[in-house]
Amino acid sequence: MTGGNGHHGHHHGEHDHGHGHGHDHGSHLSQIDARVRALESILIEKGYVDPAALDVLIETYETQVGPHNGARVVAKAWSDPEFHAWLMRDATGAIHSLGYIGRQGEHMVAVENTASEHNMVVCTLCSCYPWPVLGLPPVWYKSAPYRAKAVRDPRGVLADFGVELPGDTQIRVWDSTAEIRYLVLPRRPEGTVGWSEEELARLVTRDSMIGTGLALTPAELEAQAG
Amino acid sequence: MNGAQDLGGMMGFGAVVPEPVKPLFHADWEPRAFALTLAMGATGEWNIDMSRHARESMDPARYLASSYYQIWLSGLERLLAERDLVGPDEIAAGHSLRQSRPVKRVLAAADVAPVLARGGPSAREGDRPAGFAVGDRVRARNMHPTGHTRIPRYCRGRAGVIEAVHGIHVFPDTNAAGKGEQPAWLYGIVFDGPELWGEGTDPSLKVRIDLWEPYLEAL
Repeated sequence: MTGGNGHHGHHHGEHDHGHGHGHDHGSHLSQIDARVRALESILIEKGYVDPAALDVLIETYETQVGPHNGARVVAKAWSDPEFHAWLMRDATGAIHSLGYIGRQGEHMVAVENTASEHNMVVCTLCSCYPWPVLGLPPVWYKSAPYRAKAVRDPRGVLADFGVELPGDTQIRVWDSTAEIRYLVLPRRPEGTVGWSEEELARLVTRDSMIGTGLALTPAELEAQAG
Repeated sequence: MNGAQDLGGMMGFGAVVPEPVKPLFHADWEPRAFALTLAMGATGEWNIDMSRHARESMDPARYLASSYYQIWLSGLERLLAERDLVGPDEIAAGHSLRQSRPVKRVLAAADVAPVLARGGPSAREGDRPAGFAVGDRVRARNMHPTGHTRIPRYCRGRAGVIEAVHGIHVFPDTNAAGKGEQPAWLYGIVFDGPELWGEGTDPSLKVRIDLWEPYLEAL
C-alpha cells in the first residue's frame, strides 16, 4: 500500500524537503550519524538501554505495526455494520478487538467521511499520530508545511495530494492537541459490492486514513498492481 | 511556550510533499534515534509532556531547519543533560566520561511488546464534575504560558462549541513542569473557520481541537 494519488516513487531521500536546509547534505548527515552512534554507545555503556530492546523497537514498527492495521479496521467497518457502529461509538474498544492496542493509540476516536463532510487529521504542535493503526507518521505529517497549512487551508493540502473535493463538501480538521488519536474512516469506493474484507483492505491507503487522500477506486488499485 | 512548534496557520513553507509508505526511515541514524528515544522514555526518568517540552525548547531557527528525528534527538540530549545522565561533553567525546546514577528502569527486549501494548493512557479517575457540557459555547483563553502548553496560538481568544467531553486527563502544563498530573476535564471543541482565520475564510471549514478546562472560559 502506498500514499496513493500517483505520487509514488519519486520522493525517496526528500525527507528534509521544506525545511530549508542549505548546507552540504552528505557531511551533515554523517555528522548526525556519528552523534547518534556516540549517544547509543554511551547509553549502552552506562547501562541505560539494552541494545537488544532497540532492535526489537525498530523491528516492531518496520515490520509489524503499520497502515495495514488501520486498513483492516476500515475494511471491517465497511463490511460489518455491527463493527462499524462499535467503531463509531467506542473506537478504542473496537480497534483493540482486532489486536491493535497501546502506545499512541490509548484513546482512539474514528471520524467518518460522508458525501457531505470530509475529515483530516493533523497535529499542529508536534507529531501525534495513531501508531497502533497507522504505524509511524510519514515525514510530511511531522513537517512544517502540513502542520502549518492543514488547519487553515485543508483544500490546499488536498490539492498538494492531487485531491479535489466539491466546493460544498464541509471540511473538518482535527488538531490532535491532547492524547486522543483520530482515525479517518474513508468513504467506501463505488464498485466494491461483494468484495471481501481482505480485498477491501487493499483499497485503504495510509493517506485516506489521515484524510489527505481518498480510498483507491478498483480501477486505481488495478493500475497500481499493473 | 510560544515556540517554533506552534505552527498552525503559519505561511510560506511551501507545498506538502507526499511520500510512499516505504521506506519508513530515510537515513541509517533515524531508526537508532527513534529507538533510543523510546527506550529512554521507558526508563521513567521523564514523562511524555516533559519530552514534548524538551523538543519545543529547541532554538526556533534550528527547530524549523530540522527534520523531526533531529528534533527528537535534540530533545533527548536536553533531557539527558538536564538530569545529569549524559553530558554534552560525553557525546562530543563519543564515550562515557564519568559514572552516572542508574536509571529507574531499563527496558528489556522481552518487555518491549508489553510496554508498547500498555502505552501511557492519560485518562484519570476523578469525582470533580465537568464545568462544561456538550453544546456549551466557550472561549479559548488568551493565555501565553512560558512553559509547556497544548493550547495552540491560533485558537486563543476564539469562540467555539463543546462537541465532546473526553473525561479527565493528565494536564500537560503541570505534568511537563514536574508539578504533577493535576488531571483536568478535557473537551473536544469545534471552531468555525472564519472565527479562527477571519473574513474570506472557506466557510466550509471547521476545526476540532481538544482543550483542557483550564484553557477555557464560559461564554
